[in-house]
Amino acid sequence: MAETSLSRQARAASPARKRRTDRPGPFDYARKRWLQLVFLLATIFLYAPIVVLIIFSFNDSRRGGNVIWRGFTTDYYVRAAQNSELLEAFGNSMTIAVISTLFSVILGALTAVVLWRFRFPLKPGFEGLVALPIVVPEICLGVAIAVFFSYFGLYIPPGTPWPFNLTNIIIAHITFSFPFAAMVIRTRLQTFNREMEEAAKDLGASEFQVFRDILLPHMKPGLIAGALLAFTLSLDDFVITFFTSGPDTVTFPVKVYSMVRFSVTPEINAASTVLILITLILTAVAMRFQTFGDSR
Amino acid sequence: MESFRSNIRVFLAFFAPSFGWLVLFFVAPLVIIFLYSFGENVSLTEVETTWTWRNYSRILEPEIATLFWRSLALSGMSTIVCLVIGYPIALVIATARGAWKPWLLLAIILPFWTNLLIRTYALLNILGNRGRVNSGLEWLWERGYAALDAIGLNATAIMGEDFEPIIFLGRWSGVIIGLVYVHLPFTVLPIYAALERLDRSYLEASLDLGASQWRTFRSVLIPMTMAGLVTAAIITFIPMLGSYLTPALLGRGQVDMIANVIERQFKGANDWPFGAAMSLFLLYVTFIILAIQAFASMRRRGADG
Repeated sequence: MAETSLSRQARAASPARKRRTDRPGPFDYARKRWLQLVFLLATIFLYAPIVVLIIFSFNDSRRGGNVIWRGFTTDYYVRAAQNSELLEAFGNSMTIAVISTLFSVILGALTAVVLWRFRFPLKPGFEGLVALPIVVPEICLGVAIAVFFSYFGLYIPPGTPWPFNLTNIIIAHITFSFPFAAMVIRTRLQTFNREMEEAAKDLGASEFQVFRDILLPHMKPGLIAGALLAFTLSLDDFVITFFTSGPDTVTFPVKVYSMVRFSVTPEINAASTVLILITLILTAVAMRFQTFGDSR
Repeated sequence: MESFRSNIRVFLAFFAPSFGWLVLFFVAPLVIIFLYSFGENVSLTEVETTWTWRNYSRILEPEIATLFWRSLALSGMSTIVCLVIGYPIALVIATARGAWKPWLLLAIILPFWTNLLIRTYALLNILGNRGRVNSGLEWLWERGYAALDAIGLNATAIMGEDFEPIIFLGRWSGVIIGLVYVHLPFTVLPIYAALERLDRSYLEASLDLGASQWRTFRSVLIPMTMAGLVTAAIITFIPMLGSYLTPALLGRGQVDMIANVIERQFKGANDWPFGAAMSLFLLYVTFIILAIQAFASMRRRGADG
């Protein structure tokens, strides 16, 4: 609150701000036509392929390439929904994302609290270790984890019941997504007022009570943001899953990849459109929570 | 902050799970591929660590050296394109009016939340010989042809008989377009952050003292946002270098990058030791780039204060 009123004062006191509406000031690049044009073209570049993909998911192309518009149909959504392999892959992806998100948030929160609360020997080393999975190229991590499983003979026997047949992929996903969750949660913890914790302890709260009733509620926006990040990372991953998945455990991106290699069909467009929609909804939810968290 | 000794039980309860997880599922796998990278295939499925350097020396062989060089060149060129497009974008967002800012930023970041495979597939759809891009170009070509014809020039002599589609897939151009498309948000964000931090009075001073807009841009704005530019370049370049999907789908096996060849050692050629050596080499290159950046930013900070 104090910040906003201060900045409002500063704005009122600065005449330069007002003058800027009349003629372009020194930093008014946003009002230069050619820069606006670059921005517009870049936005078109970013969105056009996705828009075309969505439009052509409704294309009534009977056979072969999906390049020429032949009329509107929703057939391919029905077909995608009836494609049992695609559905299974989709279900696998969702299962993996939910379970790995759960673990990632727990591990991420623990890591964030340790780094925020304690001094301990070799702390920079631990910090570096936690950050490492973020910078290691995906292909290296995928190869390493796949070799690790084969080295210890940790193959999933065929016929393992769901969701245990996905264990290897879930482990890999937790490994690369919990450091991201830890990072987000740690940022949130930096705004925590430690006097609250001391006050609670003075009033007789136990260590666990302080954690549950004071720290956890404060962390909540961070936990949600971390969870959404972990969820999208898991849903998005192709390379690491490609290496850790067995022949019977295919995820949505891996399935789409194998379909794309053969041909480009509106069915893939339809399935992709559904996934884009899910991601859009998740992003909107994430933004709601983000602004909600900031306002407090 | 308290010492871990003051409450060792609580400390361990928070520390042990994530530390244990990382040791088991991150450090151990890296150690195993490190051992494999010095190993040899003894049978179809078995690898023995014989401490041979052969897998690493193979990286220097012309075929693989060319592959690394190609990956560096593709990533480098794409990074430059990203910086050239990303800087004006960041500039527009940073100087836009307050109410616009979050929406402009969102417009750039939103595609980034869409599945990487889907985005690459979307590009694949429109970049083909008969894809949207080429049909758009053909439309322009026809208009141009008609216009030249209308003003009485010999259109066939200037523009040729037929429209020749531009081939993107299986060429460097396609892979570069793909890499730029996928990584552009990575580039914009650090530049945007640097522009937001910038003290704008320096720009005003420069203009007040008679420097032109261009000169202010070149001699004040660029040097003052250099740190952001370097971060942007690195944060864009590193994931590009390890790209698998973009070259696999848009390069059509004709423009391979490191990751594609690593994948083949594990899924096709079954030469795990060589694959392990190449992945670790990629990891070392990544670390060297990060170390150079850390060193440079340390020196910069030292020079500032």
